[in-house]
Amino acid sequence: MATLPVQADAIIQRYGPHLNYAPKEGFYGREEPDKSVKTHCCFCGMQCGIKLLVKDNKVVGFDPWMEFPFNEGRLCPKGVQRYLQNNHPDRLLSPLKRVAGQGFEPVGWEEAMDTTIAAIRRIQQTYGKDAFSILSGVSLTNEKSYLVGKLARVAFQTKNLDYNGRLCMVSAGAGNKKAFGLDRASNTYADLKHAEVIIIAGANVSETFPTLTHWVWQARDNGAKLIIIDPRVTPIARTADLHLDVRPGTDSALYGAMLNYLVQQDLLDHDFIDNYTMGFADTIAAVKDYSLEWAAGVTGISIEKIRQAAELWGRAKTSFLLHARGIEHHTKGVDNVLGCINLVLATGRIGKPYCGYGTITGQGNGQGGREHGHKCDQLPGNRDITNPEHRQYIANVWGIEESALPGKGYTAYALIEAIHRGEVKGLLSICFNPLVSLPNNQFVREALEKLEFYVAIDFFLNETARHADIVLAGSLQEEEEGTVTTAEGRVTRIRQAVTPPGEARADTEILLEIARRLGAGDKFNFQSSEEIFNELRVASKGGTADYYGITYEKIEKQMGVFWPCPSLDHPGTPRLWEDRKFSTPDGKAHFNPVTYKPPSEVTDAEYPVVLTTGRVVSQYLSGTQTRRIGKLVDQFPEPLLEIHPEMAARYGITQRQLVRVSTRRGAAEFHANIVETIRKDTVFIPYHWPGKKSANQLTIGTLDPVSKIPEFKVCACQLTPLQEEESGAGNPAYASE
Amino acid sequence: METNTYYRTDQEFFVDMQRCIGCHACEMACAECETNGQESMIHVNYVDRAYTIQTTVQVCMHCEDPVCAQVCPADAIAKDEFGVVHTANTSRCIGCSNCVMACPFGVPKKQEQYDLMMKCNMCYDRTSAGKKPMCATVCPSQALYYGTREEIRAMRPNSEPVNTFIFGKETVKTKVNIMMPKGSTFLKVH
Repeated sequence: MATLPVQADAIIQRYGPHLNYAPKEGFYGREEPDKSVKTHCCFCGMQCGIKLLVKDNKVVGFDPWMEFPFNEGRLCPKGVQRYLQNNHPDRLLSPLKRVAGQGFEPVGWEEAMDTTIAAIRRIQQTYGKDAFSILSGVSLTNEKSYLVGKLARVAFQTKNLDYNGRLCMVSAGAGNKKAFGLDRASNTYADLKHAEVIIIAGANVSETFPTLTHWVWQARDNGAKLIIIDPRVTPIARTADLHLDVRPGTDSALYGAMLNYLVQQDLLDHDFIDNYTMGFADTIAAVKDYSLEWAAGVTGISIEKIRQAAELWGRAKTSFLLHARGIEHHTKGVDNVLGCINLVLATGRIGKPYCGYGTITGQGNGQGGREHGHKCDQLPGNRDITNPEHRQYIANVWGIEESALPGKGYTAYALIEAIHRGEVKGLLSICFNPLVSLPNNQFVREALEKLEFYVAIDFFLNETARHADIVLAGSLQEEEEGTVTTAEGRVTRIRQAVTPPGEARADTEILLEIARRLGAGDKFNFQSSEEIFNELRVASKGGTADYYGITYEKIEKQMGVFWPCPSLDHPGTPRLWEDRKFSTPDGKAHFNPVTYKPPSEVTDAEYPVVLTTGRVVSQYLSGTQTRRIGKLVDQFPEPLLEIHPEMAARYGITQRQLVRVSTRRGAAEFHANIVETIRKDTVFIPYHWPGKKSANQLTIGTLDPVSKIPEFKVCACQLTPLQEEESGAGNPAYASE
Repeated sequence: METNTYYRTDQEFFVDMQRCIGCHACEMACAECETNGQESMIHVNYVDRAYTIQTTVQVCMHCEDPVCAQVCPADAIAKDEFGVVHTANTSRCIGCSNCVMACPFGVPKKQEQYDLMMKCNMCYDRTSAGKKPMCATVCPSQALYYGTREEIRAMRPNSEPVNTFIFGKETVKTKVNIMMPKGSTFLKVH
């Protein structure tokens, strides 16, 4: 039974989100802490270094960590406030069980584990191994990610494991593997400093990766031209040399026309193309009709701006192209990524100082997490679960028969669909809040309600976990040792600052206990996170994401190690492709033809407005952590509908008026924020909120055919201005139902 | 004010508004200081959100001849030997708000709950120990920079530190600099 045991309001009253503020005088002991722990922020892929101040086993404050090379003490508001997730009134202090009609009741670990294991066994015996699934997340360390992957394949023996990176970096990963045979940003951000031209496509850098802004500005101080491609004037777009205000869903038309222009003007690196790439002829044939005029018509960007962008890009000697979810959250997310890569390869500006390319990985361990564990089609070391040699290698490391290793399972959204149609009956979730973060979340809720058994491991009772039969109280990032891999590919050390409070346990301990109880204890005989990492090193050895030469000691000594690092005497690889040998089977970088396709849902007379979604600076992902921190919520108390004044006038919408936004999936109400910093044909809603304030009531569940990423960034909607008394939303900010 | 040998007189504060991304990290970090009681002494505001995403950040400019101190009837505001204009001496401040009204930059704020003016003292606890002020330490875009004049000139060759402000007939010189286009020597406020 995965329906809510009681009304959401009653659950919220007990388990939050409640807002945590520091007392005016600060937490006790902040001025004289027992220790100051050098670790990293728990949020985005920048993984800024930070010191956590600890008194009496509680995190009581922070200090800037000036020596960590990426951020040198710099932090965003989320980083400054992240310590408040610790010592939080909503923290789960013991396992819980669902009691129908009453809510959740604290239970002991024995009962919680007995119930969980019995349910897993019953479901797997009744419906088959694959009927029990796992959804994981990449805020987990490399060690935990690896453990979840091994747990699914070895202890559960289910193929149905996927992760929230499916909503994040998978389009980039797929595109990078096609082009380079390897999935990592090719350069560190230090290579931004002397890039002559920087393109940032679909990345609201100053809100989602604020500490990256300083690196972009260092380049600008040195004369770099900055080109931002975004439907909105974001803070980084405001001062850009060129802002290409692309219509959502048309990015690949822009890149195609720019590539065609480079060909027409012969702004190409022929030596690089001839000697180190494949597929150029087919790729330029695909865009030969993509004129600037045509692209202007499709994208809504002026011809002159597209020409200027192509000229700047084509004539630069050094450059860096960055992209993120803005181009990746599409049914053609992989195409968009490949379109960008084609521009990089055509100019040969990669694998050299100040010549870089990369996706900006979003989640804290979005990079490492996707390499080693819980992606449905992947085995450690970024190995392919369908490749016989890769399977055999991992089976040997794990001490199992290759035939016992499950195959490729459903991707995250497809898994929800399989639950919805009754094919998958059980779910374990850790570090994933799909009821907020997946598109079309009415459908997700229906799916959850069909589960026969749902167990959630989490430190707070997030919106999805409210549907659980059993909740296992797990650990925060600062409560375990481990490693993460940053967006630059730098493996860094997460340090344990405190131990889990009350009866809560370390995630690792919980995962190992489940493995033991499922009869696989001999395969999970780890005494520490470092032992798990050491097995991961071996499991990754020889894979494209080779961590074999990375040790805890080396990470600390070097303040991070860039993979690949294949041997103990190897220093790591900050810049890829300097030898011009790519990781594809033929050793060449691959152009890929990209023909323009429209988004899966286009505007029409009934739904005439383009809806796009994104983020705000003070919130992170589904908000499980950041919607519980007072000042971060005060900064953005609710999601607002950003709308251009011309469109607002057309609908008679006034500033802060309530507007019903409807799509073919559902309707939701938001207060309007009328701003000139958005396209006239597009509205924007940030997605971090649940229930009736969730933008994902509206978004569409269509997927990229390759990466299976949902098309969060574009769908069609209609707008209806409301009077407050017409609102059906009640007090919606945190309600689930 | 007692001399502290760790205060680095070669280091200055530089504000570059064009870099401000409006993230509020500076405010949140400032508020963490034990003497600030979770209130920020630095303020980030939209210029006019309907038209632009641009924000401004206002920190105490630490005037050479601080008008806040001149108008204080209780002699609660003092400038020290390093040019830092300190927040109101709590035992002297009478909460009259003269300084609040007089400051040309709108910096001092009266904290009604304490009946006391509070403002930035350039993190004296940190700067007197050789550290950077907290806001300039965390600022992710380095719109707030603390370091030497030589450093910022080398790093940002297209900008010029300016510390002369003209308000009508009044000229105000400040310890804090703002970054302006190369060749600028003053900022005139109309």
